[in-house]
Amino acid sequence: MRILGIESASLTASAAVVTETVVEAEYTVNFKQTHSQTLLPMIDEIVRMLGLDMDTVDAIAVSGGPGSFTGLRIGSATAKGLGLALKKPLIHVPTLDAMAWNLYGTSALICPMMDARRQQVYTGLYRFDREFQVELASCSMDIHQLTAELNRRGERVIFLGDGVPVCRDVICRELTAPFDFAPVALSRQRAACVAALGAVYLAEGKTETAAEHKPDYLKKAQAERELEEAGRQGKLGELAAGHSVGTGEIRDAVRKGETAL
Amino acid sequence: MIMETEREEGRNAAEEKDVLILAVESSCDETAAAVVRNGREILSNVISSQIELHTKFGGVVPEIASRKHIEKINQVIGQALEDAGVGLSDITAVGVTYGPGLVGALLVGVAEAKAIAWAAKKPLVGVHHIEGHVSANYIEHPDLEPPFVCLIVSGGHTHLVIVKDYGEFEILGRTRDDAAGEAFDKVARAVGLGYPGGPKIDRAAKEGDPHAIEFPRARVEGSPYDFSFSGLKSAVLNYINKARMTGQEIPVADLAASFQNAVVEALVSRAVLAAKEYGYSRLAIAGGVASNSALRAAMEEACRRENLTFYSPSPVYCTDNAAMIGAAAYYEYKKGIRHGWDLNAVPNLKLGER
Repeated sequence: MRILGIESASLTASAAVVTETVVEAEYTVNFKQTHSQTLLPMIDEIVRMLGLDMDTVDAIAVSGGPGSFTGLRIGSATAKGLGLALKKPLIHVPTLDAMAWNLYGTSALICPMMDARRQQVYTGLYRFDREFQVELASCSMDIHQLTAELNRRGERVIFLGDGVPVCRDVICRELTAPFDFAPVALSRQRAACVAALGAVYLAEGKTETAAEHKPDYLKKAQAERELEEAGRQGKLGELAAGHSVGTGEIRDAVRKGETAL
Repeated sequence: MIMETEREEGRNAAEEKDVLILAVESSCDETAAAVVRNGREILSNVISSQIELHTKFGGVVPEIASRKHIEKINQVIGQALEDAGVGLSDITAVGVTYGPGLVGALLVGVAEAKAIAWAAKKPLVGVHHIEGHVSANYIEHPDLEPPFVCLIVSGGHTHLVIVKDYGEFEILGRTRDDAAGEAFDKVARAVGLGYPGGPKIDRAAKEGDPHAIEFPRARVEGSPYDFSFSGLKSAVLNYINKARMTGQEIPVADLAASFQNAVVEALVSRAVLAAKEYGYSRLAIAGGVASNSALRAAMEEACRRENLTFYSPSPVYCTDNAAMIGAAAYYEYKKGIRHGWDLNAVPNLKLGER
């Protein structure tokens, strides 16, 4: 069994070839966000270094979201193109699940977080209790809401991901439960984790065709939210005439007293 | 090595020379793929249009377009190969639009095409979207070869160029503000015809009088081949506002016909002038707006009058499609143009840039 893993959901670009026993190759860059230029050359590099015959790859595991919409689509389109040309199945691995896999075996609660801007994080909660368990599946959450949830649980928690530098102050200030930040070598996305968790899914038969695969953005496009708002306000005609009706977020925030507008 | 493989498959000499391009296009709101033989013969041409999806928003929404591309692209490419009756092993090279266009939309096609080319061990040829539009003329006109003058008009572009050679352009004029197609969209929206504006204005204009309302014809000082449509657009919008304020009914058909006539006149006069002044006997049009029936008729008439040979693609090759990308990719391929696995989408790619 051999899996090609692809990760480009946020700042990290990473490619890996993983078997049951070994990470044959992994190439990870956390530098600039030019995944369109770097991802395929990285795959090309490791495949050439291994002298790999792509026919020996059983499936392509791709970090399926959430994350940057564009980043996700670059990884997704790359995986879909490879799947089409090589006639291989794809494995959709939730990005946050693969991040949690970094900390396999810990007794603490694992909390990966990705910066979703405006005090929001993409996050989830994971635990190893003999098996890998998803306590809270991928979601978008206000950072304060997350710290409140973790305080309610009161368990020791380890944070990782590119949301950590952004939310570190809030966590240190608000969290009453014991916590740690993952060490630097384990703190970001890795394609080897995508492929390794992908292998578990493959064994469970959880694959999809390259044509079926699409990223899981977790968030609707702003225009779709506007469409819903226009429907609520009975202003579908105005929207179709090219006028913005807003997404209702500001109105909701005003109602909840969260903004001074 | 390629020759050997082909001999093993028992192909004859004539077939060995064939160049088959698998082309992919996703620069705006059409997901498209095609297989093209030797630049001019279309073996398949698959287009998945998103127009209905964007109509609700009164225009193309980039994020929604990008999401739809990723959902459709494998089916579209698979269908193009199936319709052509070929497999990836039969393909010579993969061509893909890498600009200009919506960056998120372009990236889907670029990442997909690169991965396919890499996995199938085929060369990759990045194509300029506008060069694709120009090349649409080669598909149905086997006699057409550079040099010739070409007017490119679409929702995002208005260019008047001399096609000096395949992939080589001299730009004579361009729009200083709105693209012609953009003006169509905005006017259509203002009179309540909706999106997409081009075909809707075209249809409404058929019932109207093109001389009912005299709208201004803008000239760009010192640049006889440049276009400007924002003044015309404003004049139309002012007319509508005035009518609304005085409680008059807007004569949609007359307004559409008069507006369209002003655009067509600006386009045709400059294109014909360019061909005459620069001494070319052949004039072609390309791009989405080239499917406008009034523009086609006026160009044909003007060319007949001026003794020019007029070329235009069928409407299906005017709107965004991958067949035209395959045609352009063929000539780039023949020139030895190859792109690396680091090819990126370039949303503001200039014509003639590589």
